[in-house]
Amino acid sequence: MGSFLDDVNQRIDGVDIQNCYHCQKCTSGCPMAQVMDFKPNEIIRMVQAGRKDALLRSSAIWLCASCETCVTRCPNAVDIPRLIDVLREMSLEAGVVPQEREVVQFHESFLGTVKRGGRVNEPLMIVSFKIKTGTYFNDVIVGLKMFMKGKLSLFSPRTKNMQAIRRIFRSTAKS
Amino acid sequence: MDFSYYPGCSLHSTGKEYGQSVELVSEALGLKLHELNDWSCCGATSAHSTNFELSVALPARNLAIADQKGLDIMIPCAACYNRFKTAQHNLNHKEALRATITAGLDDNYSGKAAVRSPIEIFHQDIGLETLKSRVVKKLEGLKPVSYYGCLWLRPSDICDFEDAENPMMLDEIMTSLGAESRNWSFKTDCCGGSLTVSKSDLVEKMVGRLMRMAREAGANCLVTACPLCMANLDMRALGEDALPTFYFTELMALAMGLKGPQNWFGLHNFDPMPLIRSLQLL
Repeated sequence: MGSFLDDVNQRIDGVDIQNCYHCQKCTSGCPMAQVMDFKPNEIIRMVQAGRKDALLRSSAIWLCASCETCVTRCPNAVDIPRLIDVLREMSLEAGVVPQEREVVQFHESFLGTVKRGGRVNEPLMIVSFKIKTGTYFNDVIVGLKMFMKGKLSLFSPRTKNMQAIRRIFRSTAKS
Repeated sequence: MDFSYYPGCSLHSTGKEYGQSVELVSEALGLKLHELNDWSCCGATSAHSTNFELSVALPARNLAIADQKGLDIMIPCAACYNRFKTAQHNLNHKEALRATITAGLDDNYSGKAAVRSPIEIFHQDIGLETLKSRVVKKLEGLKPVSYYGCLWLRPSDICDFEDAENPMMLDEIMTSLGAESRNWSFKTDCCGGSLTVSKSDLVEKMVGRLMRMAREAGANCLVTACPLCMANLDMRALGEDALPTFYFTELMALAMGLKGPQNWFGLHNFDPMPLIRSLQLL
């Protein structure tokens, strides 16, 4: 097995992150940097230094909003959003309890409804998220308002060919 | 002009008024939209955050369905657009990945169908002169800032949209409708949409800042082309800084005198009718 850096670069399958020369343009333009425990350019340095555990346990990897500002401005085309997605996958594979648990629970709820119906059913997704997190009372008023306006339909159309959807989830499932 | 059409999940629920207005405006401008047969979800942020292969395979199924028709695909949702473009880029540039993923699809993937935004289709294919000629009610007094957000534009080499730092197409569409488009520096700043359910406290601050900056630019509303930005701006703006937000197609329909805007405005969380009435636009 290669080093942490090698593993990460291999999974990114694009520009190697050593191309970063730490100009910090990424961190300067990042809308979430102020609430992250490690800033975008620090994350790159930590991968190079082999600090795998700290990164897989960090809040930063889940607080990234995937806005893609950093990679668009990077003078060396280092794909930080893809790097962060790689770290997220590694963190889930290692069974780390994420610091930002509700972000992961949201993704599980979202993909859960896609797996069941081929499309996102927003009310079912939100109910699943609330059960997972126990946050029953957040956004109740705005949710009810939307429901009354017919924007949260329980019976939105689903994909008919569910066999195809199940095949996609099965063939891409992590062992 | 004929297009394949991928509404995506939001346009059937929280972004209902966006779907209806895109379809109505397209029809009025002579575009024929063919909804992709039995389409499925693109996977959005949740797929690419947790499983790369899944995030390519979900759009790949829809791209392959579109390839059978051979038409360009109109995608009104910025998030779906971004996932389709990214998946197509990966499939067309990574042979091994393409082989594994397309092997599991029912339809043959050729990677040829062009993924396109309605902003670009209305601005480029229809053209501003035609839009101007279709205006029956100039949007006088409406001062929108155009809010593009992230997903139409970035990463710029994959999205292939327009200037990622200073896009102008929405602004120019607004001007052609007779609105006074206001210039501002925040048109491509992130609103935090992907975290709106899971980290709403953080997102309220991001949306609050956008609203303050829009006011500072002299705007009386925001205009967007993304159902996630819309849901976020419309729900998470609190207090006296909040301004109404519109889908750009709602305003096109209003200026073109089409029936629908009044119903759509009623679906917003932040009621835009006081502004619309004060400007005598309805």
